[in-house]
Amino acid sequence: MLAKRIIPCLDIREGQTVKGINFVGLRNVGDPVELGAKYAAEGADELVYLDISATEEGRQTFTELVARIAERIDIPFTVGGGIASVADAGRLLDAGADKVTVNSAAVRDPALIDAIASKYGSQFVVAAIDARMTDGVWRVTTHGGKRMTDRELFAWAHEVCQRGAGELLFTSMDHDGTRDGYPCETFARLAELPIPIIASGGAGSVRHIADVLTLGRADAALAASIFHYNEIPIPVLKRELYRLNINVRQ
Amino acid sequence: MIAITDYDTGNLRSVANALRRIGAEFTVTSDAAVLRQADRVLLPGVGEASSAMAKLRERGLDALIPTLTQPVLGICIGMQLMCLDSEEGDTRCLGIFPAHVVRLRGGENPLKIPHVGWDTVGRLRSPLFDGLGEGTYLYYVHSYAAQACDATIAQTDYGGIFSAALGRGNFFGTQFHPEKSGRAGERILRNFLKL
Repeated sequence: MLAKRIIPCLDIREGQTVKGINFVGLRNVGDPVELGAKYAAEGADELVYLDISATEEGRQTFTELVARIAERIDIPFTVGGGIASVADAGRLLDAGADKVTVNSAAVRDPALIDAIASKYGSQFVVAAIDARMTDGVWRVTTHGGKRMTDRELFAWAHEVCQRGAGELLFTSMDHDGTRDGYPCETFARLAELPIPIIASGGAGSVRHIADVLTLGRADAALAASIFHYNEIPIPVLKRELYRLNINVRQ
Repeated sequence: MIAITDYDTGNLRSVANALRRIGAEFTVTSDAAVLRQADRVLLPGVGEASSAMAKLRERGLDALIPTLTQPVLGICIGMQLMCLDSEEGDTRCLGIFPAHVVRLRGGENPLKIPHVGWDTVGRLRSPLFDGLGEGTYLYYVHSYAAQACDATIAQTDYGGIFSAALGRGNFFGTQFHPEKSGRAGERILRNFLKL
């Protein structure tokens, strides 16, 4: 039976992991490769690395980092952040990434999804969508939630499927960082789509993750701080989910 | 020496990285003479079946591969190309395994396609799986799969049973990605090198 996936997300700036990582006993806490290897050894099912570098040098460093991750890590990993062209995606594929996420650039130019999917396959393209509830409507945002667009979440989610995205990563900007849980009803609606859904933003407890995988029918849950601060170690999370009759890889 | 078959289809690097992690020496090549003399041959691949098959043909590898006598392992599309044919692009394949490759279809419940993530293998019957138990999780990402047949050496159920792995004589294939399947995948690669 296909397991529900648990995916730690690492934000990378100028080649280093950011977001106050607080680990005891890890030699180089800032090194994204070491941290990824630790998560993989603990039972993470995949990893996501997001480049939030502000500079061209930072982006170059990120590509070199992707090559080092690919050499070391023996589980799949997805990379994203600022991918705006087929060439950007191809450069990361060549460096060894298994998948890329496209977000703001796809909202600006939806054909980017078709172009990457037709060149490298749908399995390589994860459409990342951020949205905020405004006047009772989920509106798609870009640039990390800073810019509101005219697009409505479900219509855009449907369109990214049609254009060939292989998976959908949805973050509610209303829930991200709150640790109050995921909007499960919204995820349950997204679950009607024919591609796997990855839930992101809002995890604060095992129960939140359990809920989004059951009530929200998500195929995978992505989180950052609960893992980075070691609040819920991955082996503990998986054991608890298993106890709640959720099919996870132990 | 292990030869990774280079036919310009996607991610050879992840297979190369996996071999490097277990300390195996390898070369990446499309040279028929090198492939013929290798101790082991790997046929990886991601992408679409008809274009992948065309790339094998351009290099004359469609004629070479079925004549190889050392252990050969196809991974994902590499395994599918070793089957009879594929529904993807209506492709005639190498015919090493007596299986048709068909699109994954659900029963009553619609399936999420592609089949992405960690799924279990069962009915293991090959030294390729030495040291691994029934129900081991391995990593998949695919939309087409080989039907079960008498060369099936492991099976997975996703809206129906399909061949998780195939074996016939010196030829082996896996639908899952051992190079991305953590320690279990590493064990399968090591087992292949010991065959």
